[in-house]
Amino acid sequence: MSWVRKDLLGLEELNREEIELILDTAESFKEVSSREIKKVPALRGKTVVNLFYEPSTRTRVSFEIAAKRLSADVINIAAETSSVRKGETLIDTGTNIQALKADIVVIRHSFSGAAVMLARKLDISVVNAGDGWHEHPTQALLDMFTLKEKLGRIEGLRVCIVGDIAHSRVARSNIWGLTRLGAKVTVCAPRMLIPPGIEQMGVDVGYDIDEALSGADAVNVLRMQFERDAREAFPREMDYFRKFGITRERIKKAGGNIIVMHPGPLNRGIEIASDVADGPNSVILEQVTNGIAVRMAVLFLVSQANDKRFSAD
Amino acid sequence: MKEKARILDQEAVQRCVIRISHEILEKNKGVEGVCVVGIRTRGAHLAKRIADCINAIEGSSVELGVLDITLYRDDLTSIAQQPVVHKTEIGFDITGRNVVLVDDVLYTGRTVRCALDALVDLGRPRTIQLAVLVDRGHREVPIRADYVGKNVPTSQGETVEVRLAESDGKDEVVLNERSG
Repeated sequence: MSWVRKDLLGLEELNREEIELILDTAESFKEVSSREIKKVPALRGKTVVNLFYEPSTRTRVSFEIAAKRLSADVINIAAETSSVRKGETLIDTGTNIQALKADIVVIRHSFSGAAVMLARKLDISVVNAGDGWHEHPTQALLDMFTLKEKLGRIEGLRVCIVGDIAHSRVARSNIWGLTRLGAKVTVCAPRMLIPPGIEQMGVDVGYDIDEALSGADAVNVLRMQFERDAREAFPREMDYFRKFGITRERIKKAGGNIIVMHPGPLNRGIEIASDVADGPNSVILEQVTNGIAVRMAVLFLVSQANDKRFSAD
Repeated sequence: MKEKARILDQEAVQRCVIRISHEILEKNKGVEGVCVVGIRTRGAHLAKRIADCINAIEGSSVELGVLDITLYRDDLTSIAQQPVVHKTEIGFDITGRNVVLVDDVLYTGRTVRCALDALVDLGRPRTIQLAVLVDRGHREVPIRADYVGKNVPTSQGETVEVRLAESDGKDEVVLNERSG
């Protein structure tokens, strides 16, 4: 099995072997971050451009660290401080980055499909760091990596995703990835935040959090974006916490062993109780650590595949 | 690919491992500070055998590690098959140690050069010594082995294939000729 795609745009298009290759490669990369000298020369001489049209600290920093631990040079472009303010289109920005002889663009954009569009126009590699409500593949990959590390497998696991399913690219990528690897996924949210036809993605739908949690091996708690989409569905944050918030009582009721994940940033007391976020079931900070290894694997694989593409010509 | 000659059989491989183990002990005056690190895949198998052999002789427990050099290769972009990255597993500090680096075949020397880069990223050994089962010549970089199982004069048109029970079912080393 070898990786042939020049881009990573989403998990929907990947088969099981491709996802497993990324996870296995990430496992090898994890060791690098535990060294005294946290660096290998695999991407020496390559340039990675982080092109972020939406605010993000965690994902951008994680990609930046991943690239630097592979010895790549990293340039960060934030839309607020670039020519985007002067009206430059995404494609123009992309072709300019290519003309600057960068090798990989990591893009975060509020429009679904932005990464796909850019990847079609460019010869260099494009990695999707989150596009609108579409996909956030590296987040789902690090979630799966963490699950596999904790429970030894993905196949047959029962994973509950709770929160704003309708507007969540993290949920979509997780659903594609987990179901492809043989996990059983239940999504749980207020009715307004469950998109119609979600069952066609191969998931069960629950509207009662205690029911959804019972028997689950893990729960992935999504961030409720009350500043954006969630306000209409749930006017009051406290009501959401009472009905869907992950609390110690709910964890206990579900058997007590459930693994609690969250992609961050946390809204303590809205979707998750503070004592759960900091408690023994939480793997939230391990997810952050694993994100580096997963992103190193992705950058390495797409870069390799693109080099091969040109040497084959 | 046509088999031209059988260079080592199972017993000969075993004898090489035993002799190299004794030579390591002789040169280092015992096991003090010695650790053994094999280069994936077959170098790692050989390293395990050498470590076991040293331990049997000395009643010691020398530390054993595995090095994956994929990320350090200088030909990453030109090799046809994309290599799979495996884990480097060296669970001890190599600083100040006498590291015996083990590989199956010494040819151009480029693999060993990569391994040296990988090792010094992990610490600063007192010495790095090189043990190989077969030295077939044709070096492209100035590298030599400290311990050699067998020197085999070859031509560039030939390949040396090492098979080990752990990965290939049986122990043998054969010389092949590229057909055509």
